[in-house]
Amino acid sequence: MSVQFQVNGKKVEVEVEPRLTLADCLRHSLRLTGTHVGCEHGVCGACTVIVDGAAVRSCLMLAVQAEGSEIVTIEGLSNDDDLTPLQKSFRKHHALQCGFCTPGMITTAHVLLSEEPDCDAARVREVLSGNLCRCTGYISIVEAVLDARSAYGHKEQAGDAARERR
Amino acid sequence: MRTVNSLIGSAIERLEDLRFLRGRGQYVDDLARKDMLHAAFLRSSVAHGRIRSIDDSAARALPGVHSVITAKDIGNRVPRVPMRLQPLPDFEPFGQPVIAEHKVRYVGEVLALVLADTAGIAEDALGLIEVDIDPLPAVADRCSSAQNASLLFEDTGTNLAIKFHAVRGDAAAAFKDAPYVRRESFRTQRHLALPMEPRGLLAEWDAARGRLTVSGGAKVLFFNRRTLAKEMGLAESAIEIVENDVGGGFGARGEFYPEDFLIPFAARHAGRPVKWTEDRRENLMCLNHAREAECDVEIACTREGTILGLRGHAYVDVGAYMRTNGAVGARNIAQFMSGPYRIANIDIDVALQLTNKTPVGTYRGPGRFETDFFRERFLDMVAQDLGLDRVEFRRRNLVRLQEMPYSIATITPFESKDEFDSGDYQVTLDRCLDEIQWAEKSKLAGKLIDGRYHGVAIGCFIEGGAAGPKESARMVLEPDGLYSVYVGSSAIGQGLETAFAQIAADALEVPMDRIRGVFHGTTSFVSDGYGAYHSRSVVMGGSAMLAAAANLRDMIRAQAAERLGCAPAEIEIVEGTKAVGPGGKSVPLQGLSTEGISAEGAFLNKKHTYTYGAHAAHVAVDPKLGHVELIDYVIVEDCGRIINPLTVHGQAVGSAVQGLGGAMMEHLVYDQQGQLLTGSLADYLIPTASDFPNIRAIVLENHPSPINPLGAKGAGEGGIIAAGGVMANAVANALSTFGVQPRELPLTPTRIWELVQAAKQPVAE
Repeated sequence: MSVQFQVNGKKVEVEVEPRLTLADCLRHSLRLTGTHVGCEHGVCGACTVIVDGAAVRSCLMLAVQAEGSEIVTIEGLSNDDDLTPLQKSFRKHHALQCGFCTPGMITTAHVLLSEEPDCDAARVREVLSGNLCRCTGYISIVEAVLDARSAYGHKEQAGDAARERR
Repeated sequence: MRTVNSLIGSAIERLEDLRFLRGRGQYVDDLARKDMLHAAFLRSSVAHGRIRSIDDSAARALPGVHSVITAKDIGNRVPRVPMRLQPLPDFEPFGQPVIAEHKVRYVGEVLALVLADTAGIAEDALGLIEVDIDPLPAVADRCSSAQNASLLFEDTGTNLAIKFHAVRGDAAAAFKDAPYVRRESFRTQRHLALPMEPRGLLAEWDAARGRLTVSGGAKVLFFNRRTLAKEMGLAESAIEIVENDVGGGFGARGEFYPEDFLIPFAARHAGRPVKWTEDRRENLMCLNHAREAECDVEIACTREGTILGLRGHAYVDVGAYMRTNGAVGARNIAQFMSGPYRIANIDIDVALQLTNKTPVGTYRGPGRFETDFFRERFLDMVAQDLGLDRVEFRRRNLVRLQEMPYSIATITPFESKDEFDSGDYQVTLDRCLDEIQWAEKSKLAGKLIDGRYHGVAIGCFIEGGAAGPKESARMVLEPDGLYSVYVGSSAIGQGLETAFAQIAADALEVPMDRIRGVFHGTTSFVSDGYGAYHSRSVVMGGSAMLAAAANLRDMIRAQAAERLGCAPAEIEIVEGTKAVGPGGKSVPLQGLSTEGISAEGAFLNKKHTYTYGAHAAHVAVDPKLGHVELIDYVIVEDCGRIINPLTVHGQAVGSAVQGLGGAMMEHLVYDQQGQLLTGSLADYLIPTASDFPNIRAIVLENHPSPINPLGAKGAGEGGIIAAGGVMANAVANALSTFGVQPRELPLTPTRIWELVQAAKQPVAE
């Protein structure tokens, strides 16, 4: 059947089987392969995309359910000229190794920081606990997200750094 | 090497990140080809049984199905998965057919594969294949394996694949008159590497040219190409194995698995490109498992705490077949039971027992994670018995600086001797004690604060690296004056491109932006390669690059000398951009040769590097819930010359968290019928961002390795190795009031609660 939605600001119309997941539709029908599939049962978070502003596991959503939605993938959060502040922060903090979980981390963190630019370390850990990474041990990812808050309008408060050691 | 550059040792941000962060990495499942077929595997749901029949007629009839392949379609002889390491004749009877022929021996073993127009249709067709298997009693653990009542390979008469034996000195004599002897048993649980990217392959057969291209390779491309060439009756030169971006390796990804034959075979069979992507359930059932080991060991000491000897038996559950690197973990258990300690007399044998479970292979720190748990746990028990301080007990027995190089136990079969190359093990121990604030923290030992008992522990480890025999590199001065680097090493997410660009730029004395790229992804770039295992890439590939750079500079001098009419020795290469001869006459390297100048280099090595260090932990244990909070965790390691502090630190922290997963939660559980009960990530738990937020790593480079020109040592496994032992000791320390002594991992809340409950019971005499 035919489904229409927006991806990264562009309108698309795709012919899909009803059983096709949004993840497979993005990756294989639309060739947006930045979204990765790690478990297909909603645990690892690698396939996280942004659907109407919310971080969503695209392996748990069918493509047909995306009808009329606005979807943003890692490709839509990136540009050719330079890394975004969040991406730069990941690079600076060495918050990625093999890179497979990274698109899901970036989309999840982007939604969190857009909604809660003043989130603390505990909140970042809580939100990212739905995204599995096997390489980094997460410490550097949490640091990278905290460090990127300023780009999302975080107001630096005295004592932030000290509190966030723990 | 001249040090006009100092890229080596600098925390350079990674080159790889630019593509990974923008979703532009290219993993194998990202590939698509016109006219591509999708493969899906029918896997045995029975752990042990005889195949009576496989009826695939309904599956073949399903629209969209191209073909179904079973053992009878393969040909006269079904190929076996080879042993890559320790290829002993003893293992041959236990080799795995790439597709089950007469028997199935574990849940997950391939029975058939379907090729179809879409992955969905291929999976639909699996449900239409009728398999009749006559079940046999499953061998579910090493004890029933040893009874040989039910045999995996009837012809052999045994479920024992082999015994490794580690010997040093004379253990019998040491134990005979020892003032103190204690015997203990310990166990580590089956778990696995679990890279985030599942495996995948895309094979393309070019019938006209007789050429095969296989994408999705990793780790050991050249060995796998040799294997594939032999089994498919092709010349090695007719096969190219391509390594795409790889979403984690950790020892498991990239070994030659049954699918590594079947997918290329299917592509030739169908005459169309064939792609397969593993799902997570397959990944948990089919990727090499690891770590299921037990030991029954004795230690002999003086009353003052000098270890005199270590002897006993260990048992490794190797699963259903011996394949690729499946003997390494067991071999390492034999050799590294003594860890970084001076133990003059050792006699340990390790039995490799076959069971009806997924075959094992290496997982980061193979055999070392297991033995660190056994040994460090044992040392704390002995220290307590003898009334010794556990730090001083370790300090007294650590191998000392002046004893380097230090010979360790010899392993048979293979007569494999080894020695520690360099290092001062006391220094990393001291630094670790300082960092965790041992003097302060140890006052908390066993204290009950707000309903939780606090405990601290420290343990020491060594990590082997730099496996030989060889690695190759090629460097090219391109016509445009930039340099390209080609290596036989493999990238598995460890930041190899960046580290290698740093080494290459220093060797060529150029800024990093003159390195056009580090190319490692295929078997066609260099004449031979050995890949990424045993923490070998920087040492072996890096040293090969130094050789290639020296050769390239000689060739540049020779060519420039011809242009300038002087002797090559008179040429100086300045800033990697021009060649200057006598009298200041110069020629730019850009355009020096229209087709580029290319030089290969190799590094040959028979010795190993030994990174070493210590871990310390501070925990709080809730005795009612069995929950352990990790309050502080410190890793200190000395890994010789550091190429990139950013990445080596990342490896230390990342591997520590992986080790904490193995210590506290990860467990592949089987029932007595050989059914895997943990086949999803909802059942098989790995650490998340909220589990272990307090990890610190300090990486030192006080003792460069003397065995390679870089002075580097294999790194990246040090964080995982000591985690089990240290966490178990911290929990024991916290629960010392109860006399709790963990002898088995993982330390799940249930297990800890049970230990506390058992300790509360009156002791039955």
